[in-house]
Amino acid sequence: MSRGLPRTVEQFMAYACAMEVEACERYAELAELMDTHHNREVAELFAKLARIEGKHRDQIMRQMGWTTPPATASLRWETPEGPETTDYGDLHYLMTPYHALKLAEHNERRAAEFFERLAAARLPAAVRESAAEMAAEEREHVRLIEEWLARFPPPEPGWDEDPDPPAVAD
Amino acid sequence: MSEALTHTDFKSDIKPVWCPGCGDFGVVNALTKALAKMELRPENVAVVSGIGCSSRIPAYTTCYGFHGVHGRALAVGTGLKIARPDLTVIVTGGDGDGYSIGGNHFLHACRRNVDMTYIVMDNRVYGMTKGQASPTTEPDWDSKLSPDGTGLREFQPLVIALSAGANFIARAFTGDPNGLADVIVQAVRHPGFSFIEVLSPCVTFRPEQRDWKKLVKPDAVKPTADIARAARRMLRDTGFDLGVLYAGTRSPYAPRGPRAQRDVRELEARFAL
Repeated sequence: MSRGLPRTVEQFMAYACAMEVEACERYAELAELMDTHHNREVAELFAKLARIEGKHRDQIMRQMGWTTPPATASLRWETPEGPETTDYGDLHYLMTPYHALKLAEHNERRAAEFFERLAAARLPAAVRESAAEMAAEEREHVRLIEEWLARFPPPEPGWDEDPDPPAVAD
Repeated sequence: MSEALTHTDFKSDIKPVWCPGCGDFGVVNALTKALAKMELRPENVAVVSGIGCSSRIPAYTTCYGFHGVHGRALAVGTGLKIARPDLTVIVTGGDGDGYSIGGNHFLHACRRNVDMTYIVMDNRVYGMTKGQASPTTEPDWDSKLSPDGTGLREFQPLVIALSAGANFIARAFTGDPNGLADVIVQAVRHPGFSFIEVLSPCVTFRPEQRDWKKLVKPDAVKPTADIARAARRMLRDTGFDLGVLYAGTRSPYAPRGPRAQRDVRELEARFAL
């Protein structure tokens, strides 16, 4: 949950929009860096996730009649970054689409929990209602990613073994 | 009035070549956010670095950049700030560059207290040259290049910076780019030499550092101007307490006397090329 709870639907949607903006930017960045490391399959997947988050951002902005995302200078998450943002530290250059989707699933779950907490908080009814709607949407995203994940079985142990590792060999 | 910039305006089109998972990505993210938050413009900021993985950072921003000589980033940054006090000077680098090759410059930059910010991305290893022990590597870190560890005591950058005269000392973590951005803002705004030790995991040569996110203690300390208290804090903490550990009151260095007013063109005229 973020510090400074939203008291109006507008404030609440600004949080939701900020979450999507941050997630979209991060996925796009991760796509580029996986591409730099020639892991094209995962790069494409992150690029696709960036497009999906971008659509969510645009949807919120359309709904609110915003032409640009609102300023969020005063916004702070209690977690280091937004609930839907992938931690840079969770990447591996040999990761597979399975790993990328597991990260996405984790992010969507965290976002759903974030909105569920807001929906249960002592906030104006309109804000709680909007939070409950967003929570339901995020739960639907979790379900969609679970379906997507079913196409990628977990990789065999040793997926991160590199026959030509960057570390100096014996 | 010029249009407000966002953090993306401070990111260049050059794609970082750091390993996926590297902490240094968090520093670019935080630095660009901090610059946007301070409403600076790229042409008014210079990012100077030495050599090493983390020293690639100037290329990843749209600010003026100087990818300098190994260990000499602070010397370049000092000269630049004295010649162009109007610029915001951010010096960046790693633990090897800053504490070993540039160790002496580090001491004297703290002592001189020129108004600039030094961000050290400490991963306790020489990553670019494939995993040698650095000054901050734990004595018992067993690796192919240091079997059974080096047995050498780690360099203590924070308390050394304090005793040498740094005016602002903080520790931050790359896993919290927003928190790091706030610390960078405070450091840049604090007069004098500001030093930020950033815990930045090297997931390739120190994969165990992925656990740092479980060890760090955010907002563990509040700033103090009491040097003795700050020293006790730095000597006793776990190395994972995050926050501003010291914010002193020393006046920053400023050139004095008639030389300080000398025009650059006048100086240039004295050089025969």
